[in-house]
Amino acid sequence: MANGNGKTGLLERVRERTAEAVDRLRGSQFMESVFRPGSPFKKGYADSPRNRSYVIMNNVLYHLHPVKVKRHGVKLSYTLCLGGLSFFLFILLTITGIFLMFYYAPTAERAYVDIQALSTNVAFGSLVRNMHRWGAHLMVLTVFLHMSRVFYHGAYKPPREFNWVVGVVLLLLTLLLSFTGYLLPWDQLALWAVTVGTNMAGFVPVFGDQVKFALLAGVEVTAGTLLRWYVLHVLFLPFIIVIFMAVHFWRVRKDGGISGPL
Amino acid sequence: MTEIPESLLRRSAEAKAKALGIPVEQVLAEMKGEAPPTPPAASEPSEQTAPPAEPSPQEPSSDPAASSGDVDALLAKAAQVAGMPEALLRRSAEAKAKALGVPLVNVLAEMAGEAPPVGAEAPPPAAEPPAGAPQPAEAPAAVAVEEPTVPAPTGNGGGKVAAVVSPRPSVPPAGVPEGVRTQRLLTVVKAKAIQQVKAEPHDKVNTWPHLMLVEFVALLAMTGLLILMSVALQAPLLEAANPNLTPNPSKAPWYFLGLQELLSYFDPQIAGVTVPTIIGLVGFMMIPYVDRNPSTKPSDRKLAIMLYTIFLAGSATLTILGVLFRGKGFNFSYPWKDGIFFDDLKDWVSFE
Repeated sequence: MANGNGKTGLLERVRERTAEAVDRLRGSQFMESVFRPGSPFKKGYADSPRNRSYVIMNNVLYHLHPVKVKRHGVKLSYTLCLGGLSFFLFILLTITGIFLMFYYAPTAERAYVDIQALSTNVAFGSLVRNMHRWGAHLMVLTVFLHMSRVFYHGAYKPPREFNWVVGVVLLLLTLLLSFTGYLLPWDQLALWAVTVGTNMAGFVPVFGDQVKFALLAGVEVTAGTLLRWYVLHVLFLPFIIVIFMAVHFWRVRKDGGISGPL
Repeated sequence: MTEIPESLLRRSAEAKAKALGIPVEQVLAEMKGEAPPTPPAASEPSEQTAPPAEPSPQEPSSDPAASSGDVDALLAKAAQVAGMPEALLRRSAEAKAKALGVPLVNVLAEMAGEAPPVGAEAPPPAAEPPAGAPQPAEAPAAVAVEEPTVPAPTGNGGGKVAAVVSPRPSVPPAGVPEGVRTQRLLTVVKAKAIQQVKAEPHDKVNTWPHLMLVEFVALLAMTGLLILMSVALQAPLLEAANPNLTPNPSKAPWYFLGLQELLSYFDPQIAGVTVPTIIGLVGFMMIPYVDRNPSTKPSDRKLAIMLYTIFLAGSATLTILGVLFRGKGFNFSYPWKDGIFFDDLKDWVSFE
């Protein structure tokens, strides 16, 4: 565009060049290969009903979402996004948890010292640890609220009965994940909270003592308990919960998407 | 055309023969081009998707021999008009003729542009799909209403696969403003399919951008909340673990504090085992199998909603009691008088 005396403004030229460069990049073979047909990141994407379908259909997201969803389900007030947020918190917890694993050894000598060192010796260590802990509490809360939302909508009714059962298992696994993580800082709070919690398990009829012994790897909370709960927390329970989540999400799709409207 | 192995051809012919209720030999002959194609429905016309009451005095279409010269001429013309291969057009016209219960010639004439749309003429009651077939609730186009999307599932003599195909009506149906897209439901339904077929129309929107946007905002909001919390509130870290020094009181994590609270009222067998495993786990899993009320309307589920609300209120009360109102020796205390005995909360609120 001309500015008064016929010369092109500098800003205008920069803008044009940038647009050209972006276009060339988006048209390059590499970018063409990264994004599948219909991606809004592709050169020449136009907003049309067909392309809107392709965005989902030609994308890994198609494993989670259908191309079209019921209109009432999109309203935030219907689900409050609680199930999605629970899943998202699980991802956040996985990321922050992997970060923490770099700086933590599950032994009685090092566990507590490592956690202390997080806030002094590690960049963002304190922030990431806080995110992991509060995120875990939030996830227990969102999973529980998600269950309540589903109950109030009657969304467990046929054909969704079994997905409700899977959901209850997921709640249990969430609680177990949170509880096993509780011991890992190896401070007084951790030790005694776990002592109280496992004492309750000792009241299981007939097998009470055996259950308690298996949980604690002994008769009281020791270094062996720490290692056991660490493995449960970072490997075993996440592995199980991912399987149940896969079934849960798959069943949501197969049982006809979101329930309702009321 | 590719050569089809004899065994496969035979299997296919047997399936078709069974579906149509005619001898296998006849189907095989037809497949080899030695006989005219057998119209699906030839043997049991009454079981077909065609309406029970014939809308027109003429014989319904499916007799290809009736006026073959006429049909061929029309077919050629229609194929030229639509720019489609004759074979495809023929299949489409046959399906439409069958669905609407009108002669094939009429359909072809319409496709060739020599006659008004067929669908518009059929009397509505006769053209209604048989009971049991899903019916579009609010089909915008007249043609869509009169085309049953799905053949009657009970038609045991019907073709294994039925597809409803119709040419796009050249004029938008009455009542639809110009420029507005009308939709049709197209379904290919296998008889006795393993999946339940419910092609009921729903009010739907594209996941992209509508749902993805909401989700993205929710994720951002949650990330923001979590980072803010983590900057403002320090996760507790007490002295190193010491098995010889029991803190007073010893409390479980907050989500188990409701149970710990119950433990101070009831026998451990009840509060520690029965409530969490029997009521908590098994009971919750059995909810869908106990609550047989099919309705999801809140007004129909007063008891269920009341019970769940009692559960919610009860567990919230117990948890709050356990977190805030239990002090030394797990005895009752007031947080504003004696302070808070819950370390996760120490950084959050202060009554001092």
